[in-house]
Amino acid sequence: MKTRRYIPFRHALYDLLSSMRFAISLLVVLSIASIIGTVLKQNEPYSNYHFEFGDFWFSIFEPIGLFDVYHAGWFLGILGFLVVSLSLCIYRHLPGFVREIKSYRASATANSLQLMQHHASGAGTPDQAAVLAHLKTAGFRWKIRDEDGAVLIAAKRGSWQKLGYFFAHSAMIVIFVGGLMDGNLPLKIRELFGNKVAETRDLPQSKVPPQSRLDAGNGSFRGNVTLAEGGGADVVFINSGNGYFVQELPFVLKLKQFHVEHYSTGQPKKFASDIEVLDRVSGKRITSGTVEVNKPLVVDGVAIYQSSFGDGGSGLTFARWDLATGQKTALAGRSQAAQAIRIGNDDYTLETGDLRVFNIENMGKPAAQTSTVAVSQLEQTLQSARSVKADHNLRNLGPSIQFKLRDSAGQATEYLNYLAPFNDEGTLYLVTGMRRAVSDAFAFVRIPLDDAAEVDTFQRLRATLLDAKNWPEIARRTADKAFKDGAFSATNHREFQAVAQNVLQQFALGGFPALERFLDAKVPKEQRQNVAQTYLKILQGAAIDAMELAQQRAGLPTLTMDAAHYRFLMDSLVANSALFDYGPPVYLQPTGFTEVKSSGFQLTRSPGKNIVYLGSILLVLGIFCMFYVREERLWLRMAGGRTLIAMSSNRRNRDFDREFERHRDALLPQEPGDAA
Amino acid sequence: MTAATLNLRSRSPFDFAFAVLMVIACGIAFARYNPYMDYYEQAILLGATLALIAFGWFWRAMRTFLPVCALVALTGIYIYQGDLARGQTAFWLKYMLASQSLVMWMCVCFFLATAMFWLGMLRRSATALSIGVGLTWAAATAALSSALVRWYESYLIGSDVGHIPVSNLYEVFVLFCLITSLMYLYYAARFNARSMGAFVLLVISAAVGFILWYTFDRQAHEIQPLIPALQSWWMKIHVPANFIGYGAFALSAMLGVAQLLVSRGILTTRLPSYDTLGEVMYKAISVGFLFFTIATILGAAWAADAWGGYWSWDPKETWALIVWLNYAAWLHVRLVKGWRGEVLAWWSVVGLLVTTFAFLGVNMFLSGLHSYGGL
Ligand code: HEM
Repeated sequence: MKTRRYIPFRHALYDLLSSMRFAISLLVVLSIASIIGTVLKQNEPYSNYHFEFGDFWFSIFEPIGLFDVYHAGWFLGILGFLVVSLSLCIYRHLPGFVREIKSYRASATANSLQLMQHHASGAGTPDQAAVLAHLKTAGFRWKIRDEDGAVLIAAKRGSWQKLGYFFAHSAMIVIFVGGLMDGNLPLKIRELFGNKVAETRDLPQSKVPPQSRLDAGNGSFRGNVTLAEGGGADVVFINSGNGYFVQELPFVLKLKQFHVEHYSTGQPKKFASDIEVLDRVSGKRITSGTVEVNKPLVVDGVAIYQSSFGDGGSGLTFARWDLATGQKTALAGRSQAAQAIRIGNDDYTLETGDLRVFNIENMGKPAAQTSTVAVSQLEQTLQSARSVKADHNLRNLGPSIQFKLRDSAGQATEYLNYLAPFNDEGTLYLVTGMRRAVSDAFAFVRIPLDDAAEVDTFQRLRATLLDAKNWPEIARRTADKAFKDGAFSATNHREFQAVAQNVLQQFALGGFPALERFLDAKVPKEQRQNVAQTYLKILQGAAIDAMELAQQRAGLPTLTMDAAHYRFLMDSLVANSALFDYGPPVYLQPTGFTEVKSSGFQLTRSPGKNIVYLGSILLVLGIFCMFYVREERLWLRMAGGRTLIAMSSNRRNRDFDREFERHRDALLPQEPGDAA
Repeated sequence: MTAATLNLRSRSPFDFAFAVLMVIACGIAFARYNPYMDYYEQAILLGATLALIAFGWFWRAMRTFLPVCALVALTGIYIYQGDLARGQTAFWLKYMLASQSLVMWMCVCFFLATAMFWLGMLRRSATALSIGVGLTWAAATAALSSALVRWYESYLIGSDVGHIPVSNLYEVFVLFCLITSLMYLYYAARFNARSMGAFVLLVISAAVGFILWYTFDRQAHEIQPLIPALQSWWMKIHVPANFIGYGAFALSAMLGVAQLLVSRGILTTRLPSYDTLGEVMYKAISVGFLFFTIATILGAAWAADAWGGYWSWDPKETWALIVWLNYAAWLHVRLVKGWRGEVLAWWSVVGLLVTTFAFLGVNMFLSGLHSYGGL
């Protein structure tokens, strides 16, 4: 019976950890683990995950760190194992490789040489000086052993290959150490041992308690801060799980100005911030400069990067139109702020978002191209495939402002309003978008503008149309016009007037959809189509009369009913109808702004960066040496008037076969021998 | 390779003529564009010249290929006479020498070459194989010339728009075709194994199909100016290095397919031997791995400039790491464990799927900082 050999646990562990099998498994496991973090979006606000996975899965995913995989303990553990494996692997191979690099294997016997796959022999002995000269040009180093009448020249070259192994594999340890220095492990450790806690509340920076603040001496960090033009900060914010830390800076960063440049095609060309760096205590200027994407500024070991930009709280003015009465008042505000506003009898909060000064939109191919007939379609396609110049119809829609109106119950409606008129083939509109949920697309309303490019006429018409007091008068005028020639009887006139009044009333209740509901309820299906046509005609006519009435009441000249004005009225009906589904009855028309831009900076201190770069260079060198330097050994044994040549390499391939032939032909005496 | 390449005594007059030509070209470029170049760019020009000479000496076919491409491109540029609109009117530009026309010729040649390789392999026709190789050379010439002409065209759109054409998915696909085909041509000559083309050209044809779809359906061929994040000279070396990696991995995967067929007794007499396929596969993966390593490091250096950190675990970065780890494992299995069998072939085929995901899938399905590469 066999006795079981006792292997100490220590040795078994060492064997396992330094084994190739383990290393390869680690590489594969690490790859798979990395995938998780790319599939699941990382470092989102926790509320998003709650929403996406539900409470149950959230409570499972959160503790195992799926929302920040690459900083989870288990992931770092795998990386740690890789480093251990690499270290042990190097440790294990080091002595053997050093021996190999030093040794010439000059003790090789004729027998062992003949056992090599690449060997040949021939009669005669070559001139030793010539042999050595050949070896020298080929880059070999050698040792000569003279023993029992046999001369053995043992040569080798390409020891760099073995060095390459050390370079490449220790490089990975170097990179890992550098990466660790810059990672958030130190912070994690401080969190773990209790003296630092991430802040989860939304507090003003100065109110954040000390246990969530990191002092300026902190060796490595990576945080963000957003500054408005003219503003400054001496801290940055570091995200951590569900909260954040406040990192003090060794200086004060001030934003003087932010600028954007565009290409002639409208795409952004340059984002740049003019900044100043001031001393924390004295406020004296340390340095100033411009930070651009791809061009950070390094101050005091802290690199300042341009990372984002936006609106920094611009002054805004609105014309506030009461949609129920058509009243216009002025309203002043500031972007990214909140203010109370009373609409009708209800209290709302106006939460302004970003002011965007440029809105460059791709309006599709120019009309001339899309309207071509089908015959030349192929020619068109080919031509556009040949041309590298984009001829998209880019259009700057001008400044826009986004804001929310939140009622006292907390329900919000969001708006996106443009300041400049939108020109649709000569007709001007003001565009306003509305949505009830952030996930919805904006529903846009185009408010037609009058001859003076103002909203006033539209509002006047709307107020007149919606006021019940006016319906009889409008209906009468409409009926009068219809019966102008006196062709119908008086009863018909009265009936017509009643219908017109009803149409107006239905429209005022809710626009076209209300009219449709009315038809659905009151008119038999067969007649609905016809009646609807008639109602629409009456409404169109009534709109003309309503406009007339509105103008007269305002003491203004009536509009001549030409094509443009007719279109204005029809657009007005559409817009009016859409405004019934517009949330609180107010339209805030942007009228002006004074822009204040903001710029987002990322500030980092990464002492490990140069270590990582050093490791990277070692890695490339190492890999290059391993692949492209071939370690070769060559022996030439001359004894008894015969010469034996043999070669070995740790990478055997076709190139090596050729190498062997080359040296064999050069070094063996030219008599026919028993070449292998 | 290096020692032999740089050994001056073993150089032929042709080698020196090529070197002189490159130096002259560099001199002309320097004389003309010196005022627009900063020190980095001057260093890059010098480095590029030396690299091209070394490349031509290392692989002799390049001594003809590179000047021919330059000549084609210069002819196109000359006909343009500084006016982009001539691309639609001048006969030679319209049908031949505008960058898009060259790309179309590239597509045609690659498709034809694929057909010839299959014909040549199945029929054992050396002639067909030769024609396939010739067509592949023609396609590669069209690809490189088109990139050069496109580079010039971008400056015609606007002097601030001009940039080297490696900035979006369309441009790198052309680069991919170029690199993969050149690698094939190199190994085919070196190992006397032209019939590999039947498989390698399949993956190139797939890329060509993508280019065509991308052009006609998405107008992706239009030259766009560089957004600020891309305005970095790291990009100019990061992207090509990456594509040497991708090209090599794609090539090795196709050889993996061939090897799997051979090991099942299919096409055995028509394809190179099992061992040759394995050796070329190893060679290609090692070239790819080296360049992919360099590319990843360059990417990190670029990220450090643009995003404020050399490693952010952005999906693209992470997938590059996955690809890299995958091939590191492959190399160890082959070298250290000494495996040669089918597992390696399968593995390199799967490697292409992983690589393709890193290359395309990430842009399509995952969002991140690399979003400008989107479809
Ligand atoms: C991310 C991790 C690693 C990378 C990128 C890497 C890279 C490489 C490369 C490129 C080669 C050369 C292969 C060839 O010439 O075909 C190699 C060889 C080798 N690696 Fe690794 N390696 C890694 C991890 C490891 C680990 C953990 C071990 C130890 C268990 C290891 C042990 C070896 C050995 C023994 C060789 C052969 C050296 C020789 O004989 O020349 N490697 N490695």
